[in-house]
Amino acid sequence: MQALYAQLLVGLINGSFYALLSLGLAVIFGMLNIINFAHGALYMMGAFVAYFLLQYSGLNYWWALILAPAIVGLFGILLERTMLQWLTGLDHLYGLLLTFGIALIVQGLFQNYFGSSGLPYAIPDLLKGGVNLGFMYLPIYRAWVVVFSLVVCLATWYLIEKTQLGAYLRAATENPTLVRAFGINVPLMITLTYGLGVGLAALAGVLSAPINQVRPLMGADLIIVVFAVVVIGGMGSIMGSIITGFALGVIEGLTKYFYPEASNTVVFVLMVLVLLVKPQGLTGRAA
Amino acid sequence: MSNPANNAAAMTRSASSAPAVSRKTVLTVENLEAWYGESHILHGVNFNVTEGEVVTLLGRNGAGKTTTLKSVMGIIGKRTGSVEFEGQNIIRTASDKIARLGVAFCPEERGIFASLDVRENLMLPPQVREGGLTLDQIFELFPNLKERLNSQGTKLSGGEQQMLAIARILRTGARFLMLDEPTEGLAPVIIQQIGQMIARLKQQGFTILLVEQNFRFASTVADRFYVMEHGRIVEGFANSELEANMDKLHTYLGV
Ligand SMILES: Nc1ncnc2c1ncn2[C@@H]1O[C@H](COP(=O)(O)OP(=O)(O)O)[C@@H](O)[C@H]1O
Ligand SMILES: [Mg+2]
Repeated sequence: MQALYAQLLVGLINGSFYALLSLGLAVIFGMLNIINFAHGALYMMGAFVAYFLLQYSGLNYWWALILAPAIVGLFGILLERTMLQWLTGLDHLYGLLLTFGIALIVQGLFQNYFGSSGLPYAIPDLLKGGVNLGFMYLPIYRAWVVVFSLVVCLATWYLIEKTQLGAYLRAATENPTLVRAFGINVPLMITLTYGLGVGLAALAGVLSAPINQVRPLMGADLIIVVFAVVVIGGMGSIMGSIITGFALGVIEGLTKYFYPEASNTVVFVLMVLVLLVKPQGLTGRAA
Repeated sequence: MSNPANNAAAMTRSASSAPAVSRKTVLTVENLEAWYGESHILHGVNFNVTEGEVVTLLGRNGAGKTTTLKSVMGIIGKRTGSVEFEGQNIIRTASDKIARLGVAFCPEERGIFASLDVRENLMLPPQVREGGLTLDQIFELFPNLKERLNSQGTKLSGGEQQMLAIARILRTGARFLMLDEPTEGLAPVIIQQIGQMIARLKQQGFTILLVEQNFRFASTVADRFYVMEHGRIVEGFANSELEANMDKLHTYLGV
């Protein structure tokens, strides 16, 4: 039983990363019509920025939680202004190729300077240790990651579904020209949306640093699964991305317990099944 | 306040309304040309709208009426010539800036957002000036909307969607409204309601540029008409001259 709970927790942790990343992908796809293949590289940059902040500026984990998403988000804004904005109106394929190229370049540069092995990042003192719940031992840092990710996901959902800014965003996803003709600076909103999606990826990177170490290819491995999650959930709905992200993490965890041989493929098997039955994804709108 | 050019514009409209007070020209369009990609749609459009007027653009399908409104709004990629709004040339201005100057646009396809409920649709356009209609005033004009505030925007009937599309731009404080075929595809009762609404807005001093195919309807609200054909204005007359122009109109509109 202990092992089952442990796998469930691992599933929830992975689910947290899936949710944070697929949420960002969904928001970016909605506004920019770009499938952001650079997402994994930006997640990795979040972890590296946390590492640099600690190593060179002595700024600890808590600073990194704020600064890394901001810094990497700014990098994303730079990418959008200098490159992605020119793809408006073109086929998805161009955005996919461009962001894939960006990912390869960024990952290549980091590999060149830092090698492929992981750099350690310590769990912050406040979140060290764990509690014995009787049925299992719960490491505090892992509990923190799940709860904090959930809070960030729900806050993002609230921002998009329940605020005026979110209404602009949803409306501009449908008809940017008309929203602009109402007096809203849509190009600026698009840029900031990309920054927001990238910031979420970087935040996931910071959260992951103490668990998974900081490696140039940490995002490349993860993003493949995240894209499968996105295909399963569909791009259409914010809450859909969050729920699908957590659910698939848990399903993966359970598979690891009940049938470990399939744990690395279960998400892809589900993806194929969903594609056969409902090609637009479980919560997606028809394209 | 009263310069000669403005007086001239006021003269043209004094034919239809009694007091010859000099009013400002709100919109002056000169030599407007516009393109969709390679296709050249507007070939030098000239007209003007004076403060407080309802001016109607008539013309067959495809004559370029919608393109004219969109060019004024700044949402046609390539446009040349001169569009002056309240004395400022906006031919090169981005559409969000044009909206902020006080130009409001209600598109032909209505543009109600499916992912927003009625309240969000209504509250979407930001206020650009003081003095827009309050929600109470809007519900007085469109009582239906009040009951449907929490419905999904696109769940409304066609007539209600049209009301919503007009209502949301009345909140913004813009005093110059461009309405593209607000009666298209609607039942006669609703058309009548929209006619009354336009008359009330005119009373309240709004300036309105209206696109219509239905000149019977337009004649109940308009001060002046322009007729468009093949991307040009080919005719302009006051409402009082409508009967005299009927034969020509029938030829232009093919009705
Ligand atoms: N998005 C577009 N791309 C290319 N041509 C267009 C587009 N929209 C309209 N047109 C063409 O421009 C001309 C004028 O259209 P429009 O301004 O919509 O006419 P109206 O509103 O008077 O019916 C038509 O010939 C139409 O086919
Ligand atoms: Mg039209």
